[in-house]
Amino acid sequence: MPSPTPAHGGRIPGVVPADGEEPAFAPGDAVRIRTLSPVGHYRVPLYLRGKAASVEAVIRPAAIDNEEEGYGRNAGSRRHYYRVAVPMTAIWADYRGNAADSLRIEVFETWLERI
Amino acid sequence: MGQQNQHHDHDHDHGHDHDHPHAEIAQTGMPGYYEIMETAVRELLVERRLIGPDEIRRQIEVLDSRTPALGAKVVARAWVDADFRRRLLANGRTACEELGISFYDDTQLIVLENTDKVHNLIVCTLCSCYPRPVLGLPPDWYKLKAYRARAVVEPRAVLAEFGTIIPDDVEIRVSDSTAMVRYLVLPRRPDGTEGFSEEQLAALVTRDAMIGVVPVTLTAPPAPGGTLQ
Repeated sequence: MPSPTPAHGGRIPGVVPADGEEPAFAPGDAVRIRTLSPVGHYRVPLYLRGKAASVEAVIRPAAIDNEEEGYGRNAGSRRHYYRVAVPMTAIWADYRGNAADSLRIEVFETWLERI
Repeated sequence: MGQQNQHHDHDHDHGHDHDHPHAEIAQTGMPGYYEIMETAVRELLVERRLIGPDEIRRQIEVLDSRTPALGAKVVARAWVDADFRRRLLANGRTACEELGISFYDDTQLIVLENTDKVHNLIVCTLCSCYPRPVLGLPPDWYKLKAYRARAVVEPRAVLAEFGTIIPDDVEIRVSDSTAMVRYLVLPRRPDGTEGFSEEQLAALVTRDAMIGVVPVTLTAPPAPGGTLQ
């Protein structure tokens, strides 16, 4: 699994990363998948909006925001995706199965907020 | 028409046995909306010299060269080589690249290991994202809305319909591969395969096992229609 270390190897004192270069969240962080309703291209399924999740891993390297890329706007949109876990019982009130069953998905940084 | 008959009369012994009769392979009915759009966009791109017919043919060859046999090779290697297995679970893409499998679509790959405690299942609820570099094209059922919707709502019921009963004390993790990373399931190695060679192991690993809907068994049933796909 990717480790929560700087994006490009070790850290040299005095080198300042640009906004978005370093991941905002680390494995184990509690986050909420935001409830947004963008017009156009997006990759967060409706059934997960507003759900609390736990960050499992940072996906590296940082990637372009698909929603911007869909319209040819890539500059400055590079952020991290996070593989997050959401308990099935938190998504579906009448879920039948093991209480530990979960849904895993990668979510772009702009769609997550810390809780 | 005459030419077509001539074509159909020739010896059919090219690459596969033809001991079964079948209807002439022909386009029937009008092409659908997206078929027409694809043809129109492709012809425009060629006409404007943005891409050429050779590039299109080349890409089709790339896609056709990817089959579940590649994924099976990866799984079998992971079963016999603990170091490779570790690298595969740490970074699916670079481990597959070690075996000569290129990622022409520039996707990353996360390999999810099934154990006696955890069972992984893969779906793409928004479309049909699939680890094509290692498995080829997805099966039709993977793209149907029924599978895409139900896999995240009632995975245990969906798995049961594939004949896979997951005990209640085994945790199910459904990975919805909608964004940019692709997933491959590393199934459990079946009991009784201790003396198997890597090639014999690979022959047991089916496409569906690498999606997570069935386990790998010693007697892999043939796919519907008798054709391995």
